[in-house]
Amino acid sequence: MTQNMVEIRWHGRGGQGTKTACLLLADAAFAAGKYVQGFPEYGPERMGAPITAYNRISDAVCTVHSNIYQPDYVVVVDESLLHTVDVTAGLKPEGAIVINSPKAPKALQPLLKGYAGRTYTIDARRISEAHLGGNFPNTPMLAAVVQVSKVLEVERFLADMTESFQHKFSTKPQVIKGNMNCLTESLKEVRAE
Amino acid sequence: MTRKAKDITEQTPWQELTPGGEIYEGGTSMLVNTGEWRSDVVIWVRDKCKQCLLCAPFCPDSSIPVKDGKRDEFDLDHCKGCGICFKVCPFEAIRFEKEVK
Amino acid sequence: MSIRERLSGNEAVAHAMRQINPGVFAAFPITPSTEIPQYFAQYVADGAVDTEYVTVESEHSSMSTCIGAQAAGVRAVTATSSAGMAFMYEMLYVAASSRLPITLACVNRALTGPININNDHSDSMGARDSGWLQLYAENGQEAYDNFLQAMRIAETADVRLPIMICQDGFITSHAVENILLEEDAAVKAFVGDYTPRHTLLQGSAMAVGPYDTVAFCMEHKVQQAEAMKNAKRAILNVSADFEKTFGRKYGFFEAYRMEDAEVALVLIGSTAGTAKACVEGLREKGVKAGLIKLRVFRPFPAKELAAALSHVKAVAVMDKSEGNNGCGGPLYAETAAACYDLAHRPKMIDVVYGVAGRDCEVGDIERVYRHLLRIAETGEVGEKYIHMGVRTSEQEVL
Repeated sequence: MTQNMVEIRWHGRGGQGTKTACLLLADAAFAAGKYVQGFPEYGPERMGAPITAYNRISDAVCTVHSNIYQPDYVVVVDESLLHTVDVTAGLKPEGAIVINSPKAPKALQPLLKGYAGRTYTIDARRISEAHLGGNFPNTPMLAAVVQVSKVLEVERFLADMTESFQHKFSTKPQVIKGNMNCLTESLKEVRAE
Repeated sequence: MTRKAKDITEQTPWQELTPGGEIYEGGTSMLVNTGEWRSDVVIWVRDKCKQCLLCAPFCPDSSIPVKDGKRDEFDLDHCKGCGICFKVCPFEAIRFEKEVK
Repeated sequence: MSIRERLSGNEAVAHAMRQINPGVFAAFPITPSTEIPQYFAQYVADGAVDTEYVTVESEHSSMSTCIGAQAAGVRAVTATSSAGMAFMYEMLYVAASSRLPITLACVNRALTGPININNDHSDSMGARDSGWLQLYAENGQEAYDNFLQAMRIAETADVRLPIMICQDGFITSHAVENILLEEDAAVKAFVGDYTPRHTLLQGSAMAVGPYDTVAFCMEHKVQQAEAMKNAKRAILNVSADFEKTFGRKYGFFEAYRMEDAEVALVLIGSTAGTAKACVEGLREKGVKAGLIKLRVFRPFPAKELAAALSHVKAVAVMDKSEGNNGCGGPLYAETAAACYDLAHRPKMIDVVYGVAGRDCEVGDIERVYRHLLRIAETGEVGEKYIHMGVRTSEQEVL
């Protein structure tokens, strides 16, 4: 693998915006001058079914076009997946996993199949309900993975996301502020214990 | 090769799959635990239920069994937690909340 | 000045189409190419193009629409995949034999059945003998660049053949990656205007695609065969001008670390990028590995490919579609035939991989190179027709 390349694997459920979060991370990394890949694993689209998406972020061009089997970071957008999907498969011990859960990381450890690396949680449901008025866990999870992986500089990330949201929500600008508040709070709410 | 659907997994070698993916029995979707796709769960509140049966035909996954004119407990192995029954119930006899596993 | 962007492969192709502003877009959706007409419909709605956007009821009709439009004297484009391409099959032949340089964006997807929406090359490989030119891409950048070159190649006076610009469904069509786009004015200048010598709207009578009797039909097929030969020169000319204009180099294929290669792959599309990463890893360990990524499959650059492989000890041809002939895939058959006249032929095997979306990672490619090294060392080829990445109850060859 290319040096300095960060590989991220997302686990979510169809309809939770996991692919969108993955593409937004690619957007933000692109704006920061990186080479990026953002792609979902495709199959029949089924609301609620487990889905996977991937990011490669690097200072040099990455030519590999396969799924990611040894990720540096794993993001779990839906806690219930821990019971049915092997989310830590191939995850590097020097990497980390970020899980959407109101629980402390320690409480989830028994579900991680002996994963010995760093574990973080964030209550993405509560944060998104507070700022966006609904359960949209993808925006908090995006901030959480930036915070944990340090793949992007936080100030720059926030500036780029403002721009991204302005573009994405050009027809409904009223939701931009909520999304930005959601990101800023999420950056602070990532728990290591 | 007349292997039944229940005996075929994502580990079965090609030599042991049925030709062209033929399936030799009906109702095999019962074998797929689509209840695992759920993040929110419905809860039947029996004492509020009037057995009007409005919920059952709305369920897109046939997960509200009806027998002798009365509904029974949810089939949570196949309920995907869409919450449509919760929406249509006129008597608040169905709760819909985050599932704790 | 190139513009640094990040786009999916589908967005990149739609962007190229907007810049070219074709006369007619015949639209019928099918996964994974659907986004192309979707993006283009937005350009139409925004007034960014003045293309006639024709929504049709099937792919047979979308290709028929393109045939009519191109014969009437404008550039016609469409996009399709898999069963959509199969449904326009008859009209693909009509487009080619009517010598209409239509441009088709093919987003490669497995051709049913069993029904599957994921990537392989069975759709366009099935149409390989239809008389269309075929260019393939490793990533969104190449799909974009190929699209910008497509019309000039296809419209070349001694070619006049339709052209397919292919990319891997989902793997590149739906992956967002960095890309260099060119400015609208520069693209317009490069692509130029379409000025066919005869059109249905020229003001005097003209017939296109008449019934051909025994006395003439074979002669017309030979004209087509000659045009396919001429296309080689057109492709090189347009590629050279593209490099001069935009700085990115293209040919019939990319020979990657082939100068001193002892073992090599021949393959098409996105997996070439994965294989390049593998080659780099092997080179660090002292293995003389290389690869040839074929860009142009029609016309098939047989002589050039054979020359590029002439010094290699063992070659694996990687087919992303089944040949259904009991002995290998289409790329293998043509590569082996191309090498037949070499004085010293390399040992050659066919590896069918990635069918119906089966993923192929760096480690898979490394197993192929390791197998080639064993062949090169022992001189024993063994099994020549191998399926990689499939569950089997027998001992795996690789």
